[in-house]
Amino acid sequence: MSEIRARFRIDRGGFALDVDLTLPGQGVTALFGHSGSGKTTCLRAMAGLTRAPGGYFALGSEVWQDDARGVFLPTHQRPLGYVFQEANLFPHLSVRANLEFGQKRSRSTGGARLAEITALLGIDGLLDRRPDSLSGGERQRAAIARALLTSPRLLLMDEPLAALDLKRKLEILPYLERLHDELSVPIIYVSHAPDEVARLADHLVLLHEGRVVASGPLGETLARADLPPAFADDAGVVIETVLAAHEADALSRLDFAGASLRVGQRPEALGSRLRCRIHARDVSLALKKPEASSILNVFAARVAELAPTDTPGHVLVRLDVGPTPLLARITRRSQRELEIQPGREVWAQVKAVALLA
Amino acid sequence: MAAAELAAVWLTLKLAGIVTALLLVIGTPIAWWLARTRSRLKGVIGAVVALPLVLPPTVLGFYLLVAMGPNGPIGGLTQSLGLGTLPFTFAGLVIASVFYSLPFVVQPLQNAFEAIGERPLEVAATLRASPWDTFWSVAVPLARPGFISGAILGFAHTVGEFGVVLMIGGNIPEKTRVVSVLIYDHVEAMEYTQAHVLAGGMVAFSFVVLLALYTFNPQHLGGRRG
Repeated sequence: MSEIRARFRIDRGGFALDVDLTLPGQGVTALFGHSGSGKTTCLRAMAGLTRAPGGYFALGSEVWQDDARGVFLPTHQRPLGYVFQEANLFPHLSVRANLEFGQKRSRSTGGARLAEITALLGIDGLLDRRPDSLSGGERQRAAIARALLTSPRLLLMDEPLAALDLKRKLEILPYLERLHDELSVPIIYVSHAPDEVARLADHLVLLHEGRVVASGPLGETLARADLPPAFADDAGVVIETVLAAHEADALSRLDFAGASLRVGQRPEALGSRLRCRIHARDVSLALKKPEASSILNVFAARVAELAPTDTPGHVLVRLDVGPTPLLARITRRSQRELEIQPGREVWAQVKAVALLA
Repeated sequence: MAAAELAAVWLTLKLAGIVTALLLVIGTPIAWWLARTRSRLKGVIGAVVALPLVLPPTVLGFYLLVAMGPNGPIGGLTQSLGLGTLPFTFAGLVIASVFYSLPFVVQPLQNAFEAIGERPLEVAATLRASPWDTFWSVAVPLARPGFISGAILGFAHTVGEFGVVLMIGGNIPEKTRVVSVLIYDHVEAMEYTQAHVLAGGMVAFSFVVLLALYTFNPQHLGGRRG
């Protein structure tokens, strides 16, 4: 699938959006930023819901908007699916009629079938219910199914989990991961939650005050030491690992390029791909290999770069563990006393690893 | 009930029925436009639609009489079409009543459309529904309480009109003599018994209509949302 091109400029006095993006035509792209960063406006412009005069948007060779040449497809003529923050099921229709609303109108040939999609999202038992009798999580899953049943060639999701409590979020996340794994539709996912992004995204676009601060593959972009102020306390890297072995003492070994991690025993089969997140605040540095320590995950690493953090007392250190980047957040005093400088060989101790899938 | 009374009741119901149907057809696009437009004309059009709420019915009736008369613009048009003039005909009464009851249908509809908000319409667009399709399959069903309120209020208000009827329709049995006018006749002739029958009937009718409205559709009455 070919790439997605988006160029929008919107100026509304107090708020300006100015983006020029080239995004992969597959997988999940996260538009990440704080509220007011323009991520929702950007998504709405992609859908044609917000008019960005002079804008350009193309999905592969299909141009949906090119104002320079007078092209602007209204939203209802764009083969997209859109999931809003609230489910917005039509209250006057049953769940089934909601799902069929877009399916009927998209005149799709084959592909997205009702039974398949409802099973994928676990709502096959709810079809004859009224929307107001569903829980928040069920409603949102129905809204996702409704969008998918239009056989979209692009799925746009605007913080689909933000209106839900933690329990509902955890209920929906596995379904979103299945979408990612089982559908070939590219997804653009707006979020301000670092956890969701780390878990779902393949490509990350960082927005700040209406501008693109960074755009690149997730692992690479998260490991950039100059960007994490955007993530504040949540700075950290995401590492793709393979479950390599189950070891004694109920531990599992996860291999990644450059080293291995040990975590509590995993239920997945050997060879499974597991995404891990390591927060910078959970990584400490030592000059000598620590001995007699309770920490299992210790890597030889080389300091690549130093960067300021959002607090003056700390510094963010970018390390290379072989080819894999790692971030550590340490105090400025430790940095000075240990003489942590680019090029220096150190030992990185990882206190906690979060497994994301 | 005598034949004159029955004729007046039938005429009144016929008038109110026709006027309500016309008002739903005319009022819906006006209400939709008022609910959705960002035009500066919104205030002007909204005020014009609401005028019958505050004007004495005689004022409205007077201008409609002049406009529909032989020298008025509407009268000129109907005459050139070979239809004669409208005052003192049932058709004239229908047209006058449409103006008179317009705000009672437009305002509940406008409020119902406004209450839907932008979002369901955007959702429909992302599900491939054209604006026309969205109007019928999303906006109208969601505005159903507004349609019910508007229809009931338009009907009831037309049944209750008096001043405009007298100015435009006069008092012609089986053509323009509606219940409210007949009550006036009876009272003038000191026929209180007959007046009581009709007047009491009107009180009961109005009460039942409003009771139905408040019971089934409380949030849209008078345009406020609860």
